[in-house]
Amino acid sequence: MAKTVNIWIDDKHLEVPDTMTIIEAADKHGIYIPRLCYHPDLPPTANCGVCVVELSSAPVPKRACCTPVAEGMKVVTNSKKLRAYRKTLVEMILSNHDVVCPTCAANNKCELQSLANNLGVEPDNLPSILHKEAVDDSSLSIIRDVNKCIACGRCVTVCNEVQTVYALTFADRGIDSHVDTAFSLGMANSPCVNCGQCTVYCPTGALRERSEIDAVWEAILDPEKHVIVQEAPSIRVSLGEEFGMPFGSVTPNKMYAALRKIGFDSVMDTNFTADLTIMEEGTECVAKLKAGEKRPLITSCSPGWIKFMETYYPDLADCVSTAKSPMSMFGTLSKTYYAQENNIDPAKIVSVAVMPCTAKKFEARRPEMRDSGFQDTDYVLTTRELIRMIKEAGIDFANIPDEEPDKGMSFYTGAGTIFGATGGVMEAAIRSAYFLVTETDLEDVEILAVRGLEGVKEATVNVPGFGDLRVAVAHGLSNARKVMDRVREGLATKGESPWHFIEIMACPGGCVGGGGQPYGNDIASRARRGQALYAEDRSLPVRLSHHNPEVKKVYERFLGEPNSKLALKLLHTHYFKRSVSTGQVTGEATHKH
Amino acid sequence: MYREICSKYAPDKDNLICILHEIQNSHPQHYISEEAVQTVAEYLGVPANHIYGVLTFYTMYSTKPRGQNIIRLCESPPCYIKGSENILHKLMTLLDIEVGETTKDGCFTLELCACLGVCGNAPVMMINNDVYGDLTEEKVEEIIEKVRRG
Repeated sequence: MAKTVNIWIDDKHLEVPDTMTIIEAADKHGIYIPRLCYHPDLPPTANCGVCVVELSSAPVPKRACCTPVAEGMKVVTNSKKLRAYRKTLVEMILSNHDVVCPTCAANNKCELQSLANNLGVEPDNLPSILHKEAVDDSSLSIIRDVNKCIACGRCVTVCNEVQTVYALTFADRGIDSHVDTAFSLGMANSPCVNCGQCTVYCPTGALRERSEIDAVWEAILDPEKHVIVQEAPSIRVSLGEEFGMPFGSVTPNKMYAALRKIGFDSVMDTNFTADLTIMEEGTECVAKLKAGEKRPLITSCSPGWIKFMETYYPDLADCVSTAKSPMSMFGTLSKTYYAQENNIDPAKIVSVAVMPCTAKKFEARRPEMRDSGFQDTDYVLTTRELIRMIKEAGIDFANIPDEEPDKGMSFYTGAGTIFGATGGVMEAAIRSAYFLVTETDLEDVEILAVRGLEGVKEATVNVPGFGDLRVAVAHGLSNARKVMDRVREGLATKGESPWHFIEIMACPGGCVGGGGQPYGNDIASRARRGQALYAEDRSLPVRLSHHNPEVKKVYERFLGEPNSKLALKLLHTHYFKRSVSTGQVTGEATHKH
Repeated sequence: MYREICSKYAPDKDNLICILHEIQNSHPQHYISEEAVQTVAEYLGVPANHIYGVLTFYTMYSTKPRGQNIIRLCESPPCYIKGSENILHKLMTLLDIEVGETTKDGCFTLELCACLGVCGNAPVMMINNDVYGDLTEEKVEEIIEKVRRG
């Protein structure tokens, strides 16, 4: 039980629980202590020393991030001595940092840059001791530039503790200590699942996405190419914040307008294929339920989760829905259905996806994602990359007049849009699975038990004609582990999974907290973006995927019915087994339909 | 082979250091390979990246193949003050290698290490399990010749 203690920070009296550190107490009461390696979402690593404060009880300054509060503690956050300490620390970090701010992906978002600026660090106070090392560009998703790394350790913490992926580690010791993959084999030869949470928490530009901006511009500027673009649910609630609009602004129509202005030939929407995913996955789920299947059905939209499953749980691969992600369904349809409907040669179509995700870059290049006869999705841009393109094109996003998307693969329901928040796919699936079993619509479509940021959420939904449908939702891969371990145990001991249906998203908060989202992507901002998606859901005229008129049309004109032979060929996939040490494929885990 | 060494110990992560030592000592090239780490990772249920972190933290472990004899010259301050740098240059010239390298004939690998605990005899080096103190350039030449002859 936490006790309340009295402390004084810069003579301001605070009453705080004794479980807090000084920096947590200060943050809670709006007192800013300069910091670099500390991040409120992560346990402190106490590596940088910038958050030093003076205590009346200690002869030397202490790090606020790892010093617990105590009764009667008197804290000074700013003094001549502390200013000198912090400045020296930042100067030392800069002297071993590749200072190339204007061309860096993190320019203007870099925590080191702003800290150096705020502290008034003098240029050239210390000579550079940087020994340039090769950049690790082995991964399809993430570039790791060790020359910009300040060894704060956030990526190591998030990779090992939050995501339990175990790709990054500290290697060597003392001055040689650095972040690395095992045996320096590179991200592509590690168990990295490409989730990109390391890029989100990196305070500098040392970890970033592999940019595809140039390739996309090239396609757009090529008159021979027909460039079609799709945007994930999370994009529409994340762009506004970068252009001075209130956090969590819902801006689908400005997004369409900006994409058209950039020059995309056809502006569609991933939310459409989110609804389509529900039809395919929901049908698969209902078939399993009706057959009395003891093994659960697990969602397959999150590519970070899929690679994680292939690496750590290949024995349960048959439980994972064979449905492709909404992005890959869109990619396949863009070169089949869309090409056919619009009489365009699919060889001339360039299919671009804007995703809140770095792992989608890997998913798009999986050799099995070529069911259209071409690479289904040609390029994947993260939200951050689209923001750069909007800025390069000089678009005043906040004031651009609203536009509608092109028709055919853009209509979406509320169920499609909530895919971006943790629990959203589950909620959307329940709304439609209920209909598929009972042939009536749920009266209250909002399933609040699966919403929110609790790591593992469980709910039971009564479906007349079936009984109690037990579901679980996990976000963040350490939580996915908890759920998967219980499934494995349940199947081994009782021959039955604790849940019928499970949603798993690799990133904490779901896609709104994806590895490709704008910088400053902390838990609080993820929650606000998620709420914005639920608000959009409430505002939409259609909130159930099975009532999406364009989805109905694609079945009527092209696919036949959900899980039809053609649908299984184009919209479903299969999984592999991977080495836990290198992430490389070691065999097939399931077979293609 | 790695699996056999592992199975001498309980599959408990506390045994990591001992297992790594035994693997390294039993390898003719005195090192711990990727394959060895994968085997240990699987046996102990410890991620390979964690084992790599441990391996590179301790200077006694090597992730690269090494020679038959490993020279570890102390680089701590007492030895430095007593002229370990001259000894290092002598060794480098004598063996025609840099620190961390192995001679062409595979006989010697030259490494630096932290204090060996015999500062009274500084400068000090170890070759395999033997300690050599009060080193001079002449003495180094003799020792190397002796070890080379076996």
